[in-house]
Amino acid sequence: MTMIRFNDKQEAEFQRLVSRYPEGKQKSALLPVLHLAQDSFGGWLSSEVMDYVADRLSIKPIEVYEVATFYTMYNLKPIGKYLFEVCQTGPCMLRGSDDIIAYIGEKLGIKPGQTTEDGMFTLKTVECLGACGYAPMMQLGKFYREHLTKEKVDQIIEECRRNAAANN
Amino acid sequence: MGRKLLLEKAHVEGIRTYEVYRREGGYRSVEKALKSMSPDAIVEEVKKSGLRGRGGAGFPTGMKWSFLAKPEGVPRYLVCNADESEPGTFKDRYLMEFIPHLLIEGMIVSSFALGSNRSYIYIRGEYAWITDILEQAIEEAKANGWLGKNILGSGYDLELYVQRGAGAYICGEETALIESLEGKRGNPRIKPPFPAIKGLWDCPTVVNNVETIAAVVPIVNDGGEEYAKIGAGKSTGTKLISACGNINKPGVYEIDMTISVEEFIYSDEYCGGIANGKRLKACIPGGSSVPILPANLLLKTAKGETRYMNYESLSDGGFATGSMMGSGGFIVLDEDQCVVKNTYTLARFYRHESCGQCSPCREGTGWMEKILLNIEQGRGKMSDIDLLWDIQRKIEGNTICPLGDAAAWPVAAAIRHFRDEFEWHVNNPDECTKRNYGLAHYADPIYVPA
Repeated sequence: MTMIRFNDKQEAEFQRLVSRYPEGKQKSALLPVLHLAQDSFGGWLSSEVMDYVADRLSIKPIEVYEVATFYTMYNLKPIGKYLFEVCQTGPCMLRGSDDIIAYIGEKLGIKPGQTTEDGMFTLKTVECLGACGYAPMMQLGKFYREHLTKEKVDQIIEECRRNAAANN
Repeated sequence: MGRKLLLEKAHVEGIRTYEVYRREGGYRSVEKALKSMSPDAIVEEVKKSGLRGRGGAGFPTGMKWSFLAKPEGVPRYLVCNADESEPGTFKDRYLMEFIPHLLIEGMIVSSFALGSNRSYIYIRGEYAWITDILEQAIEEAKANGWLGKNILGSGYDLELYVQRGAGAYICGEETALIESLEGKRGNPRIKPPFPAIKGLWDCPTVVNNVETIAAVVPIVNDGGEEYAKIGAGKSTGTKLISACGNINKPGVYEIDMTISVEEFIYSDEYCGGIANGKRLKACIPGGSSVPILPANLLLKTAKGETRYMNYESLSDGGFATGSMMGSGGFIVLDEDQCVVKNTYTLARFYRHESCGQCSPCREGTGWMEKILLNIEQGRGKMSDIDLLWDIQRKIEGNTICPLGDAAAWPVAAAIRHFRDEFEWHVNNPDECTKRNYGLAHYADPIYVPA
């Protein structure tokens, strides 16, 4: 097992995050530091990673666990290389998000909450992401993909496969 | 053509950069405030403007500011609430994405007025790319002397930071936001004490919405009285409306609160009418938690008067026949939409977002979701409708924070105005999964655009 430790670039970002609060209030950096840890260590927060974060912020591990389990953006189990987070709340539903979710599931052979066997895609349904005027939509990594149609979904899946192949 | 104060320059080429924003008159309010105004004078101007909080509650901003405690030797904080999460609402995102320096400018002036030397913008975690846009804007502002030590030689120091949340609607509630900013679960605090006395790290704190902070810029530039001249009655200034659902032109519009709901929906300047030539069935005019209104009560009040896009007119008739301005999230349903299903998705949303502290909300939101799903899928009983009514009534007003109310109101309004549609689901268990109920008497008289 590799040791959990921020590399130099991640460490610099960690220091930047912690410096934004008054002396003694470093716990305030917990949410941003968990984002950093999740991005740095494989897209999810294992208990080892959470313990590392607790250690770095000089707080108790339980303080990290209770936060990590509260917020939906922290993944507590491994996810696929590409995470499709499709909004299903009212305004997206009015514009056909049910059909989009069903289509993605059919196309990838998985249900919401599942990951494809090759570990490439995870499908997740989420609640309102603040893109109601551009519905249906999903979050993919840092960005939103909006005005989704079946054709657009096909293109996005293709794009992910191409990117994955190029990075191998 | 309504007057624009916030988005007037939002589409100037390159306005996201400091150079263009400054060239277009940006940061004038900081010069004016720091060189010629006292903090108290700015608070006075905001009071005179009549500006009301743009996050949803509509509380007078100047009054909120004047409640801020100022004990000797204790730091004060300004926190901007950019946790925009109310379904139907995407206006703050638009402002931050297209004209980020307007928010930075508003934060500097407001921080000066409140005496904060360290301010935060708490942004919802999903707006990851907007976090980068804001941090870039802050860096540019700092490089040009608008942030940091001794700004413009005034002796005033300010550091401004962006804090990302991680996916929790409840963090839009100001005390939950403060908890989250302290690195904790987003559990709302019991009030009092209010944040103005004991907020971030137990220090006096003001929490304001993005649009509210941005509106301080024109108020300082032109004076509170000028701002108050725009709009109608106690709905002064302009309001950003994010329009979505079954309309031709979803998007963010800045309105001056004197236009009618009918004009907003049907005019090409705004929503451009109902999509696909359909008819209007219902609308949730102020974000998912405000009462849904059938078409006949949306366009005209119960007294038969024209309904306008402002705080007073949208709430005319109370919850019996009116709704609320809320956050300005304007959700339109056409004749093919199912009110039961729409209400179910909202109930699911609130169950998902309940923090779990108060039993009426934690348990009640789950019950409402399950019962609504049963009715929607043709497994409901007539008594379920009364049960739903009973549950929502027992949640409302019985929780620490307003999430309980926000979860109860959509269910109450749906039953109040669309009871026949619920009953139709119960009476037609097979048919209700195959087709929608459509329009009924509540959608008459239907407005037909000329």
